[in-house]
Amino acid sequence: MNYELVNPVPIKHKFFTPGVIALIIIALNGLVFLMGRFFFGLGAVTNLNNQYPWGLWIGVDVAAGVALAAGGFTTAALGHVMHREEYHAIVRPALLTAMLGYTFVAVGVFVDIGRWYLIWHPLIMWNGNSALFEVGICVMIYMTVLYIEFLPIFTERFIGKVNLPGILSRLNKLVDKILRLLDRGLSKTMFIFIIAGVVLSTLHQSSLGTLMIIAGPKMHPLWQTPVLPLLFLLSAVSVGFPMVIFESLIASHSLKLKPEMHILSRLGSMIAPLLGIYLAFKIGDMFIRETFVYLGEFNTASVMFTIEILFGVIIPLRMFLSPKVLKSPPLLFTASALVVIGVLLNRINNFVVAYNPPYSTTSYFPSFGEISVTVGFTAMLVLAYRFIIMNFPVISLPGKQTAQPTKYAIRGVEK
Amino acid sequence: MSGKSRRDFLKKSAIIGAGVTGLSTSTTKAAPKNILSEDRMGVLVDTTVCVGCRNCEWACKDAHNLPAGDLEAYEDRKILEAKRRPDHTTLTVINEYSHGKNSNLPVDLKIQCMHCDHPACVSACIVGAFSKQENGSVIWDTDMCIGCRYCMAACPFQIPAFEYDKALNPLIMKCDFCFDRTKEGKLPACVSICPVEALTYGQRTNLVKIGRDRIKRNSDRYIDHIFGEYEVGGTSWMYLASKDFKELDFPDIGRNPAPGVSESIQHGIFAYFVPPVSLYALLGGIMWISKRRKELEEEGKI
Repeated sequence: MNYELVNPVPIKHKFFTPGVIALIIIALNGLVFLMGRFFFGLGAVTNLNNQYPWGLWIGVDVAAGVALAAGGFTTAALGHVMHREEYHAIVRPALLTAMLGYTFVAVGVFVDIGRWYLIWHPLIMWNGNSALFEVGICVMIYMTVLYIEFLPIFTERFIGKVNLPGILSRLNKLVDKILRLLDRGLSKTMFIFIIAGVVLSTLHQSSLGTLMIIAGPKMHPLWQTPVLPLLFLLSAVSVGFPMVIFESLIASHSLKLKPEMHILSRLGSMIAPLLGIYLAFKIGDMFIRETFVYLGEFNTASVMFTIEILFGVIIPLRMFLSPKVLKSPPLLFTASALVVIGVLLNRINNFVVAYNPPYSTTSYFPSFGEISVTVGFTAMLVLAYRFIIMNFPVISLPGKQTAQPTKYAIRGVEK
Repeated sequence: MSGKSRRDFLKKSAIIGAGVTGLSTSTTKAAPKNILSEDRMGVLVDTTVCVGCRNCEWACKDAHNLPAGDLEAYEDRKILEAKRRPDHTTLTVINEYSHGKNSNLPVDLKIQCMHCDHPACVSACIVGAFSKQENGSVIWDTDMCIGCRYCMAACPFQIPAFEYDKALNPLIMKCDFCFDRTKEGKLPACVSICPVEALTYGQRTNLVKIGRDRIKRNSDRYIDHIFGEYEVGGTSWMYLASKDFKELDFPDIGRNPAPGVSESIQHGIFAYFVPPVSLYALLGGIMWISKRRKELEEEGKI
C-alpha cells in the first residue's frame, strides 16, 4: 500500500486578514439583530407570523445546516467503517465541519424557539409520534458523539504540552495524566461512537424529511411526498463529499496550501453515482405521483424546482462524470459548489417555498434581521473553523511523512 | 390546479406512504393521551342561523381573561368587511360572506379551533404538550411548550397562534373549547351567549344526527354536507351551510387524519428500534470485515 501518510498539524498562518476582518463585521451585525430577538421577541426581528411559523432560520440554519454537515458521517463511514485509510487525511476536517455545523444548528434552534430557556424539555418530555422530537433527540446525541470523536484531537494537542499558567502549573502533571488516560480509553472504544454517529445521522437526516409531511396539502405537491425522508437521506449522503471538497479547496486556497487533489479527485469520482441514485428517486417519485404537470405552470414553485434539479443535481452529475473535471481544482470546486448550493436550495424549497398556508394574505420573505443572523452564524462558523485548524492538528500537510501513519487519527479502528 | 386536485395527490401519497413503511395508515396508533371517547362532545354551527352579532367573540375573550372591551362596541359591523383570522388576542372570529342558496342574507361564519378527532398538533408537538381530552377538547399544557411552532406548521386549519411580540414567555394560543368551564358543567362561553342558538353543544354522535335531520327537512336551505363529519378523520366542531364550504374558505383537506402518513413513517423507521439496531450491527460487521481484510492484505505482503 502506498497511500500518503497522515500528518495532521496546526496550520501556521496569520489569523487576521482583510477577509477575516470582513467576516468579523458580518458576525457582529448578526449579533446585533440577535440581541433584538432576545430583548423584543421574534416578531421584532423576523417576518414570521401565524401563517408562516417557520422561515429562514429553520430552513437554512437548521435543515440546511444538518444536511451540509453530512460530510462528517459520510467520510467516517468511508474512512473508518469501510476502512479506506487513503481517505484518513480528510476525516478530521470533515469531522470538524460536522461538529461546528451541528453546534450552529443547535444555536439556530435555540434562537428560533420562542421559549429558548425550555430547550431541554424534549429530554424528559417525549412524544414518539413527533418527527421533530426524533430529530431533536438524535441531533442532541449525535452532537455529543461528534464532540467525543473530536476529543482525541484535543488530547493529542495537549499531551506532553500541558502548561497551565501561574499557580495552576502544579496541576500540569495531573492534567497530563488525565489526558493520557482519556486518550487510551477513547482509542479502545472509539469504534462504538463512530458507528453510532453513522446510525444517528441516517436516522435524523431522514426524519428531517418527515417533518413537513404532516403539513399535508399546505405543502406544494412538487415537494410533498411520503418518500421525503428517503429523498432527504439520499441528498444528505450525496452532498457529504462535495461539501468536503468545497471546504478543502477553500481552506487550501485561503491558507496557501497545495490542494490535496490526489484524495479529492478520488472522492469526487464517488459523487456521480450517489447523485444519480438521488436523481433517480426524485424523478421517479415525480412520475409516480404525476406531479410533473406543475412544471408546466410558470410560478415561483416550478422555477425553484427546476433550478434545484438542473443546477443542483443534473449539471454537477454530468460534471463529476468527466475525468477532466476531477483533475482540475477550479472545475472540481465548481461542481462541488453546485451540489452544495443545490441541497441548500432544496432545504429552503422544502421548508419555505413549498409551504403555502391556506389563509396567507402576503407571502413570506425573510427580513433583513433574519438574513443578518443566518449570514452572521455562517461567518462565526468559518471563523471558528479557521481558529481551530490553526491551533489543533486537523489538516494534514501532504508530502511530510514524519509521523506514524495513523497513530493519531480517530482511534479505535486502527491496529 | 392543472386538472388535478391536491386531494388526489394526498390520497396517492397516503397509499405510497403506507407502502413505503409496510404499514396501513388505518392502523396508525393515536398520539399519547389522545383519548377518543364515544361520548365526546362537539358543537354544530349552523351558519344559516348565525346573524354575525359577534357576541361570541366578546364572551370568549371575557372567559379567557383577554382584554374584551364593551359588548356594545361589537355591534359595529364594519369590521366584517375584511376577512380576519383567530390570533392570540381573539381566539374566535366571525367572517361574513355573500348569501347562499334561497336567501338574500349574508352568511356569517364563526371560526375557531375545530378540535379534530385525530389532531395534527397532538401528533406533531415535540414535547407532547397537546392532548385530545375525553370530552373532545384539544388542549395543551403551556408549561411544557417550548415555542417551536411545529403545531402551527402542522395544523390543517392554520389555527394555533403565537405571541410573536413577547420576548419572554410567548405562548401558543387557540380555542380550548372552554375546557375549564365544561369541567364545571358550564357551557362553552360562545355557546352560552349566542342569542340565536346558531351553536348547538352536545354529544358529537347526536350532533351528526341533528345535522342530517336538518338537512333532510330543509333541503332548500342547506347543501348536503356536514363539514367536519369526515374531514381529516372527523372534528368536534361541525358546520352546516347554504353554500359550498370552499366558497367559505374552508380548506380542501380530504378525509384522512392529518397525522396518518407522518406517523406511519415514524413508526416504520422506529419499529421497536429494530431498524436502527440492525443498521448498527450491519455497520459493525462491515467495519470488522474491512479491517480484517486490510490486515490479511498486509500480512500477505510481508
